[in-house]
Amino acid sequence: MYLYDDFDRTLVDERIDEFRDQVARRLSGELTEEQFKPLRLMNGVYLQLHAYMLRIAIPYGTLSSEQMRMLAHIARRYDRNYGHFTTRQNLQFNWIKLEDLPDVMADLGRAGLHGMQTSGNCVRNITTDQWAGVAPDEIEDPRIWAEILRQHSTLHPEFSFLPRKFKIAITAASHDRAAVRVHDIGLRLHRNGAGETGFEVMVGGGLGRTPFIGKTIKAFLPKRDLLSYVEAILRVYNQYGRRDNIYKARIKILVHDLGAEAFAKEVDAEWQVIKDGALALDPAHAADITARFRYPEYERLDDNPEELRKARSSNRRFATWLDNSIANHKVSGYAIVTLSLKPEGGPPGDATAEQMESIAALAGRYSFGEIRVGHEQNLVLPHVAQRDLPTLWEKLETIGVATPNVGLVSDIIACPGLDYCSLANTRSIPIAQELTRRFRNLDVAHDLGRLHINISGCINACGHHHVGHIGILGVEKNGEEFFQITLGGRADEQAELGALLGPAVPYAEVADVIEDVVAAYVELRERPNELFIETVNRVGVEPFKERVYATR
Amino acid sequence: MPLVKNGKIIDDPYLRVLDDAPVPDDTAVIVPAERLLADAGDFALRAGRTGVLWPNARNVSDLVPHLERLSLVALIFPTFRDGRAYSQARILRERYNFRGELRATGDILRDQFLFLHRAGFNAFEVAKATDASAFVDVIRRFSVFYQPAADGQSIALRRRLDHTGSRSATNSMA
Repeated sequence: MYLYDDFDRTLVDERIDEFRDQVARRLSGELTEEQFKPLRLMNGVYLQLHAYMLRIAIPYGTLSSEQMRMLAHIARRYDRNYGHFTTRQNLQFNWIKLEDLPDVMADLGRAGLHGMQTSGNCVRNITTDQWAGVAPDEIEDPRIWAEILRQHSTLHPEFSFLPRKFKIAITAASHDRAAVRVHDIGLRLHRNGAGETGFEVMVGGGLGRTPFIGKTIKAFLPKRDLLSYVEAILRVYNQYGRRDNIYKARIKILVHDLGAEAFAKEVDAEWQVIKDGALALDPAHAADITARFRYPEYERLDDNPEELRKARSSNRRFATWLDNSIANHKVSGYAIVTLSLKPEGGPPGDATAEQMESIAALAGRYSFGEIRVGHEQNLVLPHVAQRDLPTLWEKLETIGVATPNVGLVSDIIACPGLDYCSLANTRSIPIAQELTRRFRNLDVAHDLGRLHINISGCINACGHHHVGHIGILGVEKNGEEFFQITLGGRADEQAELGALLGPAVPYAEVADVIEDVVAAYVELRERPNELFIETVNRVGVEPFKERVYATR
Repeated sequence: MPLVKNGKIIDDPYLRVLDDAPVPDDTAVIVPAERLLADAGDFALRAGRTGVLWPNARNVSDLVPHLERLSLVALIFPTFRDGRAYSQARILRERYNFRGELRATGDILRDQFLFLHRAGFNAFEVAKATDASAFVDVIRRFSVFYQPAADGQSIALRRRLDHTGSRSATNSMA
């Protein structure tokens, strides 16, 4: 956890005062809705189909138990008793009243939470690996750099009115769990030939209407230059990014139009002028931020203790959960536990106030008071002693977050869609719910193996459908909901955009089509452990298309 | 329209001269960029002060040869959402050390005053009188800033190191 000091707290408090004043001016009529809009957006407040929605920043997906308790309190007191975890590691409340907003912000502020950088054409919440700091395959904790970037980009005077929103993601692991190649800036911490750590800088990735995989414009950027280089990218983008067409305003279009090389040249020219100025970092800065992170005092424990072995051999359901939802921790005797927010028939990513409170308590007892939010819309307890896993599992079961479907066909990523969102063309949650029912049989799901389904209710692609192994995109045709299916997308270090399966299908047929696609995979796979994505890579979409459309 | 300069509401001493109108010799004027660039020599010889209205799509490095003789650069916000002039302002102040009046014109919101001020603007054409009179309160709303800008703030990371004695990280909040 990063520990706020007076500096951080003062800024949040001043922001709350400012927002209270802005809401007062709106309520008194001094501000029209039109004038209020940019102000509320800069605090994460959207106007949706039915009510205001408040999006709360969870920087790099790390939450304390106290913060989770505060979220439960907000859900209970000001909303309808639940919240929705998003693909950007944030949390949304869907039913907030305008007049309550200043009090909500003040309550959140007491827990160091706020809505800054969750909306508007600014640098958004910096995201990273939900296993940051505990993953065995990372070279260092990427959250240090996410925090340095968070601070630098918070209320940035030059970059709060960019052509469009701006998303930065960081990974420090060999396996990319932060989808850095589909962000405006992707940063990969790695070691160069001399053994120094620095960043590979990718720009211009993104989904939406015109999806692109990010291009590397710097293979190795020393840490001292991180802020100045990012500032240079933002400055080039702020001046030259398109502002005439909202669909062409993201940096990916500028990078594509100029070409990555020419873009890199522009950035470099700007960077040369500023790199040795006020933004140059020295090791003391990173050391100071690192010192502000609280790390657990782990016990010395052995892997696979007796309690765990016994429970595994005596309880098949526990063993299934263990194999599915537990990942290796970098410290022996500990485990990373994923809590599935994808129960059968549930909206992906939703958690009730009671669940949040229980999870806060369980994190306090079993995970050093720390919780993570992953972009797959699940939660993580990052530091659980393996001997505690059997007890923890029972408690997670009772609150409904131990469905052993993590990474499987029913672990679906979906945007809120037409149930909430004013931009959506179609529903997406009910499709996800129906699919979890179709694939409710866990033995079948485990046999299918890793399979990511992503659903977006419109071209803005909040459900990241382009990078789902199976992507489902809602489109409107003559007032009816239709869905385009893509296959073969992925968001990891081998990031790839999915290929279109064929003509869009109507709402009522989507679940059948997905079942056909999955059945086709089972027939086409070479061996039982060839993953869906591997089969698609090997045979292409054609055999799937034949199977799906032959009878339609 | 009220003009706020260095925190005070003042009468605008500058006359806006359009493309082909005559330029009085001893009056302070603001002229369009094209006109300044076309007749740079003539403007250099004037008795009155000269300012320029610079488009937000044009590189401010084109202004560098003229900066010494300019008392004012007015930058444009066609809508409050178009933030190009923030970069232009910082570049003029921080890179080219422009010390004259840097004026924000166009669609600027009261809630942007602080960003504008930090980016280096010291004069503001404000549409509403109530916003103009609130200027000083508005820019004092925040006392802490994380990042350096044209206002000479240092980076928060560095200031923290300078004040490690007074730092008070606690375990209660994150």
